[in-house]
Amino acid sequence: MSPRPLLAEVNRRLAARAAWHPLEIAFWLAALASVFVLPGRHLILTEIAILGLFALSLDLILGYAGIVSLGHAAFFGFGAYTAGLLAKHGIVTEPLLALIISGLVATLLGFVTSFLVLRGSDLTRIMVTLGVALVLREIANRYAWLTGGADGLQGVEIKPLLGVFRFDMFGHTAYGYSLAVLFVLFLLARRIVHSPFGLSLQSIKGSPLRAAALGVPVNGRMIAVYSIAAGYAGVAGALLTQTTAFASLSVFDFDRSADLLLVLIIGGTGYLYGGLIGAIAFKLMQDYLSALTPQYWPFWIGLLLVTIVLVGRERVSSWTLPIRRLAGRLDWRSGRPHAAG
Amino acid sequence: MAVVLETVGLEKRFGGLVAADNVSLKVEKGARHALIGPNGAGKTTLIDLLTGVLRPTAGRILLDNRDITALKPHARVKLGISRTFQITQLFADLTPLETIGLAVSERFGAGKDWWRRVGSRPQVIDEVVQILENFRLVDVMHDTTAILPYGKRRLLEIAVAVASAPRVLLLDEPAAGVPEEERHVILDIVAALPQEVTVLLIEHDMDLVFQFARHISVLVNGGLFAEGTPDAIARDARVKEVYLGEATHV
Repeated sequence: MSPRPLLAEVNRRLAARAAWHPLEIAFWLAALASVFVLPGRHLILTEIAILGLFALSLDLILGYAGIVSLGHAAFFGFGAYTAGLLAKHGIVTEPLLALIISGLVATLLGFVTSFLVLRGSDLTRIMVTLGVALVLREIANRYAWLTGGADGLQGVEIKPLLGVFRFDMFGHTAYGYSLAVLFVLFLLARRIVHSPFGLSLQSIKGSPLRAAALGVPVNGRMIAVYSIAAGYAGVAGALLTQTTAFASLSVFDFDRSADLLLVLIIGGTGYLYGGLIGAIAFKLMQDYLSALTPQYWPFWIGLLLVTIVLVGRERVSSWTLPIRRLAGRLDWRSGRPHAAG
Repeated sequence: MAVVLETVGLEKRFGGLVAADNVSLKVEKGARHALIGPNGAGKTTLIDLLTGVLRPTAGRILLDNRDITALKPHARVKLGISRTFQITQLFADLTPLETIGLAVSERFGAGKDWWRRVGSRPQVIDEVVQILENFRLVDVMHDTTAILPYGKRRLLEIAVAVASAPRVLLLDEPAAGVPEEERHVILDIVAALPQEVTVLLIEHDMDLVFQFARHISVLVNGGLFAEGTPDAIARDARVKEVYLGEATHV
């Protein structure tokens, strides 16, 4: 038998690994406060919440399982059109139920396409995911009788949420709804990544060869997380449709997938908050810069991207280290020395 | 003695190169079996074939007379075949505690648990701590693998393989590159493995091989060249010529 103090220490450390950090609580309290404190900004906050959820989805596969995708908009778009069609044709009129269905439909698409990303290098995965998104976009374009083609899906009417809350033009309902969905799905993601399943994903990211050699069914785990992530992206897309009462081909755009990667690069991968922080930074920057230079704002985004990648995210984040150190450790991983190289 | 692991006419070709040439190898239960041969003889290829990393071009692999040739690597682990890697294969971002915990929880079939928190199964934790102690990894158990000293990483490499509770353990040069003063730790651990665990060892260090093995197979150019007890192999003139003779020139 092992000595008791050692067991107790291990148990304590493992419990601390999944414990809520004060900064996390502060983050969500701030998000909650934004509902009441910033009523005039609910439209952009809704966009941030949706982008944050979308980025959370990519973080699950990229940050945890190491699956890179440049076509994540495929699932976002699939969820967006599903929600739009459900509402337009009055199939499922209650938004929350329609949202869940859209998420499940996207999960199914994720499951079917997951087999394409199992093998190969990052480059092949980038190409395959990109290809899937392009194919879906052209399918949506081609079957205009169903999707409205290039004109987008017109005549989508979103009924009150739960039969009670009407979607208003100021985005109050939309923001409360989006934030609540984001929070619930975040809780689920947090639960998943701190589970043995989540740990096995990290092992796959580290070395699929070794993961398999210690008994992890690598393909099965990748299929599972890819499907879950697709569902998250589908929900994000459905939220966009429901909060704007419109879906267009742009939901499948390459730009959307590429921006998403940028969001995660800004915020960092593998700790769940990267997508959320990245979404806030990206949207605020976009908002600010596009007001400043309506035509040329992508210039600044591009410059930022190059800076982050060249300088290295670790160094950029080290600039904020004093603040973070002051506030304690953001999560259990950031307190550790970083991997060499 | 019962044969636990067997290959029948195993062959692996990479284009024109024959990496495994009609290998029919029998490993007995509880064996201390060493696989030696010059560089490029196909030793690691054979381990890759046995563990399912590579698919053979022809031939079969039997575990307890059951054909496992078509099984995936993780399924073979579940049946009790476990290995170490010649070039350390670990998870840079995970700690030894997490790495061993992962292996043990996969063995308990808990790896697909997505709702439980890591560390909420006492029997897993008990065993993980036991292994960390046996492998002298307690002092570094919370450090990420990336910052561990090389010797500790080699220990972790073996610890992970042992954490799968193998019946057949394939050690691919476990002490490769480990400084002399840390070597004995690895050798002690290998020597202390339970007798019922079958060990197949690949090693270049002849001292270690002759100290450890009770049976030796010599692989040359992908084919089995000679087999026998350490004494017989040491006396075999042909082996001396192709292998031991060559080694003296190194």
